[in-house]
Amino acid sequence: MNAISAALDGLGKAVLSYVEEMGRILLMFLSVGAWMFRPPLKARNIFKQMEFVGVKSIFVVVLTGTFTGMVMALQGYHGFRMFGAEALVGSTVALGMTRELGPVLTALMVTARAGSAMAAELGTMRVTEQIDALSVMAANPIKHLIVPRVLAGVFMVPLLTVVSDFCGIVGGYFVGVHLLDINSGIFIKNITKLVDLGDIYNGLVKAACFGLILSLIGCYKGFNARGGAEGVGRATTEAVVLAAITILISDYFLTAIMF
Amino acid sequence: MIRLEEVHKAFGRQTVLDGVDLEIESGKTTVIIGRSGGGKSVLLKHIIGLMKPDRGRIFIDDVDITRLNDRDLNEIRKKFGMLFQEAALFDSMTVGENVAFPLREHTPYPEDEIRRIVSERLQAVGLTGVEAKMPAELSGGMRKRVGLARAVALNPEIVLFDEPTTGLDPVMTEAINRLIIDTQQRFQLTCVVISHDIQSIFEIGHRIAMLYEGKIIAHGSPDEIRTSANPVIGQFLSGSIEGPIKIV
Repeated sequence: MNAISAALDGLGKAVLSYVEEMGRILLMFLSVGAWMFRPPLKARNIFKQMEFVGVKSIFVVVLTGTFTGMVMALQGYHGFRMFGAEALVGSTVALGMTRELGPVLTALMVTARAGSAMAAELGTMRVTEQIDALSVMAANPIKHLIVPRVLAGVFMVPLLTVVSDFCGIVGGYFVGVHLLDINSGIFIKNITKLVDLGDIYNGLVKAACFGLILSLIGCYKGFNARGGAEGVGRATTEAVVLAAITILISDYFLTAIMF
Repeated sequence: MIRLEEVHKAFGRQTVLDGVDLEIESGKTTVIIGRSGGGKSVLLKHIIGLMKPDRGRIFIDDVDITRLNDRDLNEIRKKFGMLFQEAALFDSMTVGENVAFPLREHTPYPEDEIRRIVSERLQAVGLTGVEAKMPAELSGGMRKRVGLARAVALNPEIVLFDEPTTGLDPVMTEAINRLIIDTQQRFQLTCVVISHDIQSIFEIGHRIAMLYEGKIIAHGSPDEIRTSANPVIGQFLSGSIEGPIKIV
């Protein structure tokens, strides 16, 4: 009985701490929203972050998107063959990529690459007093450091998702048509018949939400890092874990609302 | 004039400032001395509004900064420059961009004028031709000098120094001390320096205040401090391990 009570106690504490953390992140989000519309916006900073989050993540997104599409085609083919419905492989890959795997996998890869870097960079700036130096020079750190990163996340993750969706479908086409001998015309026709623009748009809205989540959490964790190199390492790990969990949880609710 | 009245600050159960009262004269250099981890940096961060006291008031030119909102506090901060312990240069920017940062933020100067001021400020701290270097390429002493150039870029009235000579060799320590004295005299600055380098304290300070166990236990001229009968000050200045200051 004691063990059950202790387990419930631990679970309750974990949930409370997660909710508390989310509340603090929400407050930071409100602050980012307020500073986002106060001129002057430094375009150079924003483009620099967009390059880092977007352009430099293309390779990893192309790779994961392509292989995800390929494996979906392979798995789908074996399943559909039992019912003689191999023709549906193309549309399954396309729907899976645009609605779900494109946004989620892209967001998780960007979290690992750019979200962690945001936490590490801001964490280092915090422990080396660079963020204090900004405040001392009457320059708001939220405006200078967090607004450009959040904007980059919100705009670049959907663009990367388009790349991921495309690569996934091309990967699925390659496996389905060239390796598993599905008719090319049927493969493409089923995609155009069963996938509509709403699937793609909703997937991109999801991606923008994930971009917001990963950049906000990365910045929040780095901004509040304490305790030297160890603190920066801890902030980076926590940022990746918290962002990944939040992306997956919010994915369920966004899907429930949208589709 | 900077005035602190009954300033209290605690982190959890640890009381760091326990009713600090201090007046810092304008146009002079005041050195705050005290043990490592004794709350000197916390005190400095209160003066510039990076931390808020749990209780007490802090006046800058008769304005109580503990009651200001962020926008008004930023106006007050434009009177300040600060040299951080490790200089806190932005490591994603070049030396030139670091010194130019406050100018680009707060002045309408054209780029030519900003470049001229940056070069002038760097020259004043004995550095030329380093504008394009990154902070990581500089030695500790050079970083501190760039930090000082950045701190005085906007011609502030008050400059705060957080342990400016810690970690430097004796020659560089003397160079930084000279620089603080020259800068203070040239711009008639109010300087607040945190230090536990005894030689530097008497060289640069017009006034010296000692923070001990969260309170200012002495405040006076260098001669008054040097001849103080307070055993805590005596032990601190002599560096003896015997006395009222306990080694934890």
